[in-house]
Amino acid sequence: MTALLEVEDLRVAYGKIEAVKGISFSVEAGQVVTLIGTNGAGKTTTLRTLSGLLKPTSGRITFDGKPLTGVPAHKIVALGLAHSPEGRHIFPRLTIAENLQLGAFLRSDKEGIEKDIQRAYDLFPILGERRKQAAGTLSGGEQQMLAMGRALMSQPKLLMLDEPSMGLSPIMMQKIMATISELKAQGTTILLVEQNAQAALSLADQGHVMEIGKVVLSGTGEDLLHDESVRKAYLGED
Amino acid sequence: MNTLPQQLANGLLLGSMYGLIAIGYTMVYGIVQLINFAHGEIFMTGGFGALTVYLALPSGTSMWALVPLMLIGGGLVAVLIAVGAERFAYRPLRGAPRLAPLITAIGLSLALQEVVRNFYPQADKARAFPGLDATHDLGSVTIKDADIFLVLAAVVCMASLAFFVRRSRTGRAMQATAQDPDTAQLMGIDTNRIIVIAFAIGGFFAAVAAVAFGLKYGSIDYRMGFLMGLKAFTAAVLGGIGNIYGAMLGGIVLGIAETLASAYIDGIPGMQQLGGQSWANVWAFCLLILVLLFRPQGLLGERVADRA
Repeated sequence: MTALLEVEDLRVAYGKIEAVKGISFSVEAGQVVTLIGTNGAGKTTTLRTLSGLLKPTSGRITFDGKPLTGVPAHKIVALGLAHSPEGRHIFPRLTIAENLQLGAFLRSDKEGIEKDIQRAYDLFPILGERRKQAAGTLSGGEQQMLAMGRALMSQPKLLMLDEPSMGLSPIMMQKIMATISELKAQGTTILLVEQNAQAALSLADQGHVMEIGKVVLSGTGEDLLHDESVRKAYLGED
Repeated sequence: MNTLPQQLANGLLLGSMYGLIAIGYTMVYGIVQLINFAHGEIFMTGGFGALTVYLALPSGTSMWALVPLMLIGGGLVAVLIAVGAERFAYRPLRGAPRLAPLITAIGLSLALQEVVRNFYPQADKARAFPGLDATHDLGSVTIKDADIFLVLAAVVCMASLAFFVRRSRTGRAMQATAQDPDTAQLMGIDTNRIIVIAFAIGGFFAAVAAVAFGLKYGSIDYRMGFLMGLKAFTAAVLGGIGNIYGAMLGGIVLGIAETLASAYIDGIPGMQQLGGQSWANVWAFCLLILVLLFRPQGLLGERVADRA
């Protein structure tokens, strides 16, 4: 049984500067896998490469048995890989409902789309209350909910979340993390990038610690949470 | 006799023509942040495409058949050139510093002028275009058939575009691409295709304007795109570049302002020598300067941070 996502010796560069220097990891169906690390470790670059927005210089990405390298971004979504980008990137001048509909851009089952929009409103009631408002008027946390809801609209086999807790109040952050646990409990496969290592590791099956473009440590979420070097570097203990 | 209604009508007509061309500037800018300075020449080639159809048809063909065929012929030429420019001139420069595509656009504009001047028979002088010259008196306003065509064309084009952008799936994808192109790709939108569609719509509207121009003024020439393009660009900025309603509004405001200024400004004491058609361009570009000074985002534009 091969993994849903298989990344082998992936390298990505911006011009001459290599941001990802040969990383390998995999995500099994049903798992939550997290990449943690400081700013500039290459986490976001890795996700942007997986979803096709960046081209790798070398390495292999296999998703659901198919190679992803060289496939343009708009076709990768169709294969079942959804990406909720860092900084949320909702469409500010479209309404919440329109944002969610765009998440289902490639689907044609009208009823199914309506049902999933309803599901997003159930998951995040505030979105339902404001469905006709321009998305740009939402608070940061609400925009994050919308970005996650939108990514789920494509019915992905793998959901990639980039820094969902970034810039949020502690309460909002808890709420987002609780939602991710809920999605996990429903069986959603998730690749989670976070700077909030404590929160990410406590709900991850597998974790990988990235430093300047490399994976320096891998293990189960539990193991990493108790690893001394991780505690020192990322959880602020001495 | 009160000439104001007639002058307002003249301004509105001229403005509708500016607005139709301005749509092409504003849609392309809204999606790829490029000022397509060759758009005036796309307008011009649309006129020559229509002229070619006219010359190929037997003389005596009814205008009811002629005008639609000319629209198709002119539209086809303008769309092909607009889409070809995107594919072969602008797309390879995407991601290059902004000056590169801008200079390319100016080069393309000169190239298109020269190609038409050198290769289209007798294009170095004004070529006669069929006119729609029958006139109608509506109270104190006299309009020609060509004017009716222009207004109808502008209304139909604008209404279908508004409907397309707001209601269709592709229109929604277009809005998403304009707001955030990377994220649009993450939704499964083929942004290259959306960009091609924006160029094609702009090209077609420019061709419609060129046919209206020929029917109204009775002739076209290879330089007609320069001034019309510049005015339409002014209209797009005036209305708020990136906003399709702004382009039409800007066109109409510009057309009326320049018509009224050239008709009445010599009545102001001390400005007697500033009246007449020869000053129209001066007033049009003065208006642009005023807007850029006091409302740089344009009439309907939003103040948005530069995304580059």
